[in-house]
Amino acid sequence: MLLNQFLLLAAVLFCIGVYGVLARRNGVMVLMSIELILNAVNINLVAFAAMNDDISGHVFALFVIAVAAAEVGVGLAIILLIYRNRASIDLEDADLMKG
Amino acid sequence: MSNVVLAADLLVAQNIAFGLIALVIIGAALRVVTTNDVVHAALYLVLVLAGVGGLYFILGAEFVGTAQILVYIGAIIVLFLFGIMLTRAPIGGEADLDNDQRWLGGLIAVLLLAILGYTLIDRWDDSQLPADTVVTTAQVSDAIFSTYLLPFEVISVLLLAALVGAIVVARRD
Repeated sequence: MLLNQFLLLAAVLFCIGVYGVLARRNGVMVLMSIELILNAVNINLVAFAAMNDDISGHVFALFVIAVAAAEVGVGLAIILLIYRNRASIDLEDADLMKG
Repeated sequence: MSNVVLAADLLVAQNIAFGLIALVIIGAALRVVTTNDVVHAALYLVLVLAGVGGLYFILGAEFVGTAQILVYIGAIIVLFLFGIMLTRAPIGGEADLDNDQRWLGGLIAVLLLAILGYTLIDRWDDSQLPADTVVTTAQVSDAIFSTYLLPFEVISVLLLAALVGAIVVARRD
């Protein structure tokens, strides 16, 4: 197997995640796109760990999974609070700090 | 010896598995960012995460793959579904879940993919992965509890902080 097939797959997944973060209007959808980005990074880490026979790629990937779990927890709590205060998680409506 | 390419060298099964999983991942990821129903997006995300877990097993990362299935699909997706439920996502989807930046976002994503793809192909053109790359859980645990002990403890504190923070932010008072 080529190293590049994993790296390119991760690059495609990353770019799909970037599109999701930029184009989605629902706060939960933006968080899901961030998860796509984090998974793309993890694929890269594990592929390089397999290539260079280095365990640190696996360990770093585990840390990324843990941080992603923490981030989703806090992010969803914030979105819940926004929903409670404004009855909508449409990011187009959250423009209090705009101009 | 000769120019005969053995099927064992081609790793036919791994490559076929990789191809199928890659199709599933990319198809499901595209549906995550284009569907109009938030619940469907969460379920497509489950497909992506399961596919990525399969990729880890192909690469021989057994512990990371197991952690991926347990933590991502088993906990983070459930968190997402709770969040969708508590923010009253409309059943059956809304009219449109994209904002007006979607074309610019698509352009940026395509440009980023072009730059990344060119860089990757230029640098790691034909690098082959080693034939046997299985990493056991024992090796990962040896590394975590010796070399990476401090980051491991810091991650524990981080998770505690995130837990307390999420509860404080989201509680009703």
